[in-house]
Amino acid sequence: MEEVIDPRLEGAKKMLSSVSRIVAVMSSKGGVGKTLLSTLLAVSASRLGFRTGLLDLDVTNPGAHIVLGIDPARTQPEEEEGILPVRVEGVEFMSTVFYTLDKPSPLRGIAIDNAIREVLVATRWGVLDLLVVDTAPGLSDVAIDTLEYLPGVEVIVVSTPSKLVVHGVEKLLSLLTETGHKRYLVENMTTGKSRGVLAGLAERYKATYLGSIGYYSDVEEYIGCINKLLNSRFGRDVESIARRLLQL
Amino acid sequence: MHEWALAQAVVAEVEKIVKRGGRVERIVVYLGELQAVDREVFNQYISMMIEEVSPSTSIEYVEEKARFSCRVCNSEWSLDMVELDEATREAIHFLPEAVYSYIRCPRCGSRDYEIVAGRGVRVGIDYR
Repeated sequence: MEEVIDPRLEGAKKMLSSVSRIVAVMSSKGGVGKTLLSTLLAVSASRLGFRTGLLDLDVTNPGAHIVLGIDPARTQPEEEEGILPVRVEGVEFMSTVFYTLDKPSPLRGIAIDNAIREVLVATRWGVLDLLVVDTAPGLSDVAIDTLEYLPGVEVIVVSTPSKLVVHGVEKLLSLLTETGHKRYLVENMTTGKSRGVLAGLAERYKATYLGSIGYYSDVEEYIGCINKLLNSRFGRDVESIARRLLQL
Repeated sequence: MHEWALAQAVVAEVEKIVKRGGRVERIVVYLGELQAVDREVFNQYISMMIEEVSPSTSIEYVEEKARFSCRVCNSEWSLDMVELDEATREAIHFLPEAVYSYIRCPRCGSRDYEIVAGRGVRVGIDYR
């Protein structure tokens, strides 16, 4: 019998076969700090001695390169038995922005899925202790592909104390409970009174509470300057979260 | 080469069937015009890899023309109706969906269109 199939997911498994741990940063809502958290988490893990990768799967609106301070027109991945991620700040980094060059990328569902499959089949990660994946907000194509295509993926759910965000995040946590993915909760943009209020939410959905990140108005100034970000209050909070995630 | 990664993916599918006890007699690799995979390079890699997994499998190729269909004005077009420079072709080779960043519908200018044929690599596997 002849079956016509898409071989890319089998190829993706091969490309990810030497990655020990994959952790996706997800949220049901946008603007909660996923990209800043995932990028700084990857750089922190690298500085803590872990061989770390960072994959930006927000294919219609990638942003990790902005946090890292990379101009995709000047930095391009090389080819060697696939595509080699770009090494930035000790992190192996891959993003579709290297090919779209930050031009508008309006993709419908099937095109998003195809773009993700293509990145996964082509990227040669090599041996990594940790691959951090930044994702797009919501429970749409990127979220579903992240959960289905990345072997053994663990999920850090990012929330803020906002009622609207918590409402959405509960749906994601509920989904992760159904699918059985290992899950963590990080609370971002907390202020004095609100710090830690979501620990109960984590407990309810059997998610490990990794801690909170304060609301720091100065963080915006440091985007694109990774050392300033790491040394900021935001960066120090992320390092604590990285240490908990990595059990240090 | 990127072709290496795609060849590895096809062979991984063959390997999966062989491990289940299947015998793969023939594969047909469909190469979409949009991705512009170098058939000769791809064939070199896949011939080498498949030798290790299923040496008696024959490999055939079918090249598929790329076709696009606009969701706004319903027009259909092919790649030879748009102009692409070398750098754009290279970007689309690595990521065919980059086409949405560079090409708009030749009739109405929309980016809301579908790639209806000839996107990338698919494989037909003939096995028992």
